[in-house]
Amino acid sequence: MAAKVTTNQSTVNDGSGLLTTESELNPKLSSKKRLSSSSNTLATSSLLSPTGLTSLISFVVLTCAYISGFMSRLFSVIRFESIIHEFDPWFNYRSTAYMTENGFYNFLNWFDELAWYPLGRIVGGTVYPGLMVTSGVIHWFLHMINIPIHIREICVFLAPFFSGLTALATYLLTKELWSKRAGLFAAAFIAIAPGYSSRSVAGSYDNEGIAIFALMFTYFLWIRSVKTGSVFWSSCTALSYFYMVSAWGGYVFIINLIPVHVFVLLVLRRYSLRLYVSYSTFFILGLILSMQIPFVGFQPVRTSEHMLAAGVFALIQAYAFIEYLYAKLPRAGDLKQLFFGLMIMIGLGVLAVVVLLTYTGYIAPWSGRFYSLWDTNYAKIHIPIIASVSEHQPTTWTSFFFDLHLLICLFPVGAWFCIRELNDERVFIVLYAVFASYFAGVMIRLMLTLTPCVCVLAAIALSKTLDYYADTETSDMNSSPVVTTNGEDESDNESETNEKNNRNLYDKAGKSKTVTGRRGPSNGTPDGDDDANIVSSNIKTIVVICIAMMLMLLAVHCTWVTSNAYSSPSIVLASYNNDGSRYIIDDFREAYYWLRKNTPERARVMSWWDYGYQIAGMGNRTVLVDNNTWNNSHIALVGKAMSSNETEAYKIMTMLDVDYILVIFGGMIGYSGDDINKFLWMVRIAEGEHPKDIREQDYFTESGEFRVDRSGSPVLLNCLMYKLCYYRFGELQTDFRSPPGFDRTRHVEIGNKNFDLQHVEEAYTTEHWIVRIYKVKKLSNRLQAKNALRQVQRRKSIYASTKKTGQARKAGVILNKPQIKKGTKVTRK
Amino acid sequence: MSQLGQVVGILRKLNEEYQISTPKKLKLIDAYLVYVLLTGIIQFAYCLLVGTFPFNSFLSGFISTVGCFILAASLRIQLNKANQSTFNVTPERAFADFVFAHIILHLVVMNFIG
Repeated sequence: MAAKVTTNQSTVNDGSGLLTTESELNPKLSSKKRLSSSSNTLATSSLLSPTGLTSLISFVVLTCAYISGFMSRLFSVIRFESIIHEFDPWFNYRSTAYMTENGFYNFLNWFDELAWYPLGRIVGGTVYPGLMVTSGVIHWFLHMINIPIHIREICVFLAPFFSGLTALATYLLTKELWSKRAGLFAAAFIAIAPGYSSRSVAGSYDNEGIAIFALMFTYFLWIRSVKTGSVFWSSCTALSYFYMVSAWGGYVFIINLIPVHVFVLLVLRRYSLRLYVSYSTFFILGLILSMQIPFVGFQPVRTSEHMLAAGVFALIQAYAFIEYLYAKLPRAGDLKQLFFGLMIMIGLGVLAVVVLLTYTGYIAPWSGRFYSLWDTNYAKIHIPIIASVSEHQPTTWTSFFFDLHLLICLFPVGAWFCIRELNDERVFIVLYAVFASYFAGVMIRLMLTLTPCVCVLAAIALSKTLDYYADTETSDMNSSPVVTTNGEDESDNESETNEKNNRNLYDKAGKSKTVTGRRGPSNGTPDGDDDANIVSSNIKTIVVICIAMMLMLLAVHCTWVTSNAYSSPSIVLASYNNDGSRYIIDDFREAYYWLRKNTPERARVMSWWDYGYQIAGMGNRTVLVDNNTWNNSHIALVGKAMSSNETEAYKIMTMLDVDYILVIFGGMIGYSGDDINKFLWMVRIAEGEHPKDIREQDYFTESGEFRVDRSGSPVLLNCLMYKLCYYRFGELQTDFRSPPGFDRTRHVEIGNKNFDLQHVEEAYTTEHWIVRIYKVKKLSNRLQAKNALRQVQRRKSIYASTKKTGQARKAGVILNKPQIKKGTKVTRK
Repeated sequence: MSQLGQVVGILRKLNEEYQISTPKKLKLIDAYLVYVLLTGIIQFAYCLLVGTFPFNSFLSGFISTVGCFILAASLRIQLNKANQSTFNVTPERAFADFVFAHIILHLVVMNFIG
């Protein structure tokens, strides 16, 4: 604390923004006493010391960030109920529930018979267990201290809980990169940024909720270990990387970004022994730790995605060795050329080895999921399942602004500041920014990996700006911060956070004039920093006010976006009546509950793969295909069944042993996420495997349109999906102005009404006709041959001739037939 | 031929330099490094000859040797007085970190070796 002694001319700034001077004569001031100038009536008492105040402010800001991040994700819990959202989280929830009931080892060895009906699914080997283990540990711990919370509540609230931890990790990372002040900004930004909160609202129990925390924490530990070169921090990085590998498939991003960072540092001539120690330790421990996850298995030594890390590892070993020899040699200067040449040759050699191994097949080439990030047309042609997911579509520029608002504008500024004042760590964040921007442009889903980087760099930009503009005092002045602790109001948090970071912590704009006025006399005195007073303090104040207003707008926008766009559970729909009251549409759960209660326990349900996890989770029935989409041929079979006419589909369904079919139909209420809208993807996927039976062109009209009304293609109007969706819909008149059978989603009157189903019968339709369940009829006892000529079997007549002479039918004989001669009279004999 | 002579000369000079300037502690670590390297080479040669059947066991053993090599090399770097400026860590702390990393490494190796 006594280290706050300053010299005459310079000032010491610490994180709390206090300027201590020693215009007084005695340099050995106890730091407990702070000097206040006569004009400053806000002098603090002797209880507050500079570093104490710093840590208090940091603590308060971080707590506010944690709480605001947690709260802003709770909209759907407050509006609806505490329920698991969407599709994927239902599987995660089901496996977590299984794990808490049956124990960890049974979970690792679990073979799920309820999924992928004839095939089953080896859950232990095809899932990233980090999420389930995290919830399981929290559950176990809470039950151990006798707080019996149900596992569902833990799962629902896990993501908001971890979002607060992500804010802490981002604070630590930015503190390593720049300063504590920027760290506090970054924590506040990531707590509310919609790009992150979209995937981590309460109820969204998915891998990304904990993976972003693991990502930020690993990066923080990596930067720390590069800065210190300590084996301890590198081992911690490896352990955090292990947690990330267990949590998300996006760990590939870490294991490629860190080697790129090391490689770029080598190229930029920033090699140091710290880099060698930290990367080698991290790589080798991380490698063997990552192979402990069954899903990852031997991939880190066998696939191209991990080869960059190994290549850079080999390269840095060679570099370190040659550098060591180089340092030992007395005539070092002459051999510089040799050194560089040798390094380049070794680099090329490593590359050649990797390419050779890939060619000969020892190393698998880039998998489809990652290759489609490079060649964006690949998925559309070869892997239609990847192309059909809406999250994998390219990003529009509006979604950048929608998800990040002000931060995306500050982001290049922060990157520029980092480039201008470059050191080893800032190379990393710049590389992260470059690669994350590219990936975010390729796929909407990857906006999530861009968001933390944007928050960090925007915080750096803002912090550097405010360092200059918020400093409206000269160096001779003392100031004391006014610590305002208005309650933890969610809407005020951003302005509070901002204000705490200003050097002048004033509440209203009106006060600033008097504050400046009070400091008026001292403005004339010269101070040490030349450029601190180029801009007068009035303008600086105005700039700070403008920044504060923009930040308040950011907070409002983020909350609005989270509330309106990202908080719907998608399993419960809400609409609003004319008088504004809310009307809940709960058809999905109604249908799944019906399935659970009214079907035999081992019944098999066929539906499109989107709903597989929900049916298995809520309906507890066996499904044929689900969201895991690991078996494309099976999905193609289901697609073929849905696209064929009823008889063909019946054959496939008996082959697959299906008992019930479930379709989603939105035509009655105008729900646009139904199966008819997804139908073309079913056709495309089926066509990929059965090109002779299904052709996409058949389902369009001659002019190439997809229509369900009378002019639609007859193949479409007779396929199973159409019939299942529109069965009895022709009788329904939704609105007195429109004809019966008017599809509200496609806005047309359907073409094929009043048909009968032959091989299936309707089992259940929900209240708003959203979910329709059909039972597959068994083969009938008596085969009816339609339109066949009735063949009546006659018994052989006893009067018929038994002689088997001649095949041709003998003409019948009339006994005593009179012979008739034309023209003569018949004479009777 | 003169180039070969040059290379031999350089190597001899390196050897002299090494013998003179390195303290005994570091030479001990160097000997350990050579030993670990030999172990790794033997394991890899065995794998090439006999095949990779229990692949996880091979990987576990090989990575164990590489890990020991890296950790010992890091320890040597951190103990070297010439690098004091870059590292700022006491020898005791360096050794403690070494032990910590080794605990993690061997726990994982034991788990993976099957």
